[in-house]
Amino acid sequence: MTATTETAAPAAAAPSTRRPQRTRRNALAGYMFVLPFMIVFLAMFVVPLAYAAYFSLFREQIIGGNVFVGFENYTRAFGDEALWTGIGRVCLFFLIQVPIMLVAALAFALALDTGLTRLARTTRLAIFVPYAVPGVIATLMWGFLYGPDFGPFAQIAEAVGVGVPDFLGPDLMLGSLANIVVWEFTGYNMVILFAALRAVPAELYEAAAVDGAGQWRIAWSIKIPSLKSALVVCMIFSIIGSFQLFNEPQLMQTLAPTVIDNAYTPNLYAYNLAFIGQEYNYAAAVSFVLGLVILVGSYAFMFATNRRSRR
Amino acid sequence: MLATPLALAACGRHTVDPPAHVTRAQIDEAMRQPTELDFWTWVPGIEKEVALFEEAYPQIKVDIVNAGQGNPHYAKLRTALRAGNGAPDVAQLEFQMIPSFAITEDLLDLRPYGAGDLAPQFVDFAWSQVTGTGGEIWAIPQDTGPMGMLYRADILDAHGIEVPATWDEFAEAAARLREADPEVYLTNFAPAQGAFFAAMLWQSGANPFGGSDGPELRIDLTSPEAERVARYWGELSEQDLIAVDPDFTDAWYQALNSGKYATWIAPAWAPTFLTSAAASTAGLWRVAPLPQWEAGQQVSSNWGGSTSAVLATTRNPIAAAVFAQFINTDRESTDTMANEQFLYPPTKAILEDPAFTGQQLDFYGGQEVNALFADISTTVAEDFQWSPVQEQVYADFTATVGTAVANKADAVAAMEEWQARIQEYAEYQGFTVRPS
Repeated sequence: MTATTETAAPAAAAPSTRRPQRTRRNALAGYMFVLPFMIVFLAMFVVPLAYAAYFSLFREQIIGGNVFVGFENYTRAFGDEALWTGIGRVCLFFLIQVPIMLVAALAFALALDTGLTRLARTTRLAIFVPYAVPGVIATLMWGFLYGPDFGPFAQIAEAVGVGVPDFLGPDLMLGSLANIVVWEFTGYNMVILFAALRAVPAELYEAAAVDGAGQWRIAWSIKIPSLKSALVVCMIFSIIGSFQLFNEPQLMQTLAPTVIDNAYTPNLYAYNLAFIGQEYNYAAAVSFVLGLVILVGSYAFMFATNRRSRR
Repeated sequence: MLATPLALAACGRHTVDPPAHVTRAQIDEAMRQPTELDFWTWVPGIEKEVALFEEAYPQIKVDIVNAGQGNPHYAKLRTALRAGNGAPDVAQLEFQMIPSFAITEDLLDLRPYGAGDLAPQFVDFAWSQVTGTGGEIWAIPQDTGPMGMLYRADILDAHGIEVPATWDEFAEAAARLREADPEVYLTNFAPAQGAFFAAMLWQSGANPFGGSDGPELRIDLTSPEAERVARYWGELSEQDLIAVDPDFTDAWYQALNSGKYATWIAPAWAPTFLTSAAASTAGLWRVAPLPQWEAGQQVSSNWGGSTSAVLATTRNPIAAAVFAQFINTDRESTDTMANEQFLYPPTKAILEDPAFTGQQLDFYGGQEVNALFADISTTVAEDFQWSPVQEQVYADFTATVGTAVANKADAVAAMEEWQARIQEYAEYQGFTVRPS
């Protein structure tokens, strides 16, 4: 976001000194173009957000009505062990899942980009298809595959004579969830990376080839460095996605209710606070705390990558 | 002064002050006015009963909305009620949810609309379930789930095990069966099925929230009656004599079909449910009364079943109240529910009707299953009371007692934790908590 505003501002300012008339008309046209978006953005995003922020400053009890409590909900959230255990869990999830997914996506993108694979289009589509499967369906499908009694993995393990891994047990659950998310989103990230690779000028490859670089060398020294901004985008999406993990654990909860509790992930916690416990105000505060954590995480990541590139 | 979000929402909210008594003339007048009623229900095929109502009252049109079953339905209902618009006139409400919606003043007392006269038509426990602590009538019973035991006659016969009549016999049978066939468990304890556990407490004579009234919540999950239930299931699990699989999942359906469980301790709606859920086992099942704590007794309880409730926000209280009463008391409507939707009836007329009780179900080897549950209906204790925060109570059950039983941990200690959690939550929500 910051990058676009920085570059856009001077570009808009420069012509305005030369041709003010035309620009004013253009500006008006520009506003008209963004107007539909802005209306929806305000109505569906800004207003609910502001309302939720306001809402989070109250406390409504089933008995005793509604009172303004200032930041009391936030104080409670910062000391809420259930919330922070959940945040810790999604951090761990992020550390396991995102590297695997991005390395796989990168490998697929590079492999397809070499043009050496036959059926590149079919392969690309095949890798992308899981993303087109709704998350709910994907989770139900994986839930069946993981099944301890009748799931195919269990049956294979039994046929081979090894113990059945308890995919839905407390030890493996996070990994099982990570596997579903990797399956769902590798193709999506691959498409982003692949598109970025197509934008690399062919001259660079020719020059490298003249200098005697092989495919590995080209991949390492040209392709991967030029993917940096695309990787940053994938990474930010992944940070947000990991911290907001909801569908997968919620659906898995019916299969493993004693492993996935109501506060397993922060989003699941906020949902259950609101719709099981009727603690709507506190749920709003929890959501804002989660938003803050995501903001800090994303910003820290951007800050780290920017600083490294400046060196 | 603070303008609060809720106060804002309340402005758009329309609540009816129930008149002391609505006269026959007022009712007739209202039923002649063209009116549209919204009805939220998940019962498949309810269109038939609705059509009967529309036939009887041609000016009233009923729109049926399926907003999900169980928790998703209640979450949407609450959201609509809070938003101040979009809530239906009449909604499906399970018995255990009545106090949770009554405490937030979302239900209409049906007494002024003549509901009080209906009491003699219903089995006693069902009527007492819809009656509020102040004598209000919060809903009209639609179906019930008196508890019995479905068992696989072939499995028990194969191992020479008699149908257990007491919980002691049941535990012995569990051990014998486990020894005879390590692939089979006598039954399954679903760790997230708070409703089953509540039915076990109910049968045992525990009434954990009994005496709760409005802002005063009484909790007693550590009474001897409650404790023996937790100890019993905890010990069966510790000795690996029962399965502890989550229910209503693919694996559970598979297990019912493959004969992993030799019994299912289940209510009156279960026999029909099993006919399709475990179709491959047709003819192998039979039904017996619930095992007893004391030999020779006949005490049962209830799991599930539901009601039609009128929401306090309705703009058509008379039409809504008449509708709720009609579909659940009109003879043709209740007959259709019992024989076509297979909802187990709460009305005495049908429970005493040989056309209903005499049905011989092939799936159960020709047994007269309805007659058995009709007898059980009269042995359900009447005074069992639900908490006004029942969703939270069930969620906390799974996190404490359910998990303890599943993990072969101390289930009795988990009862204390369950109670502590409910207490903490209830106090946060402004209730005054007292031990009962």
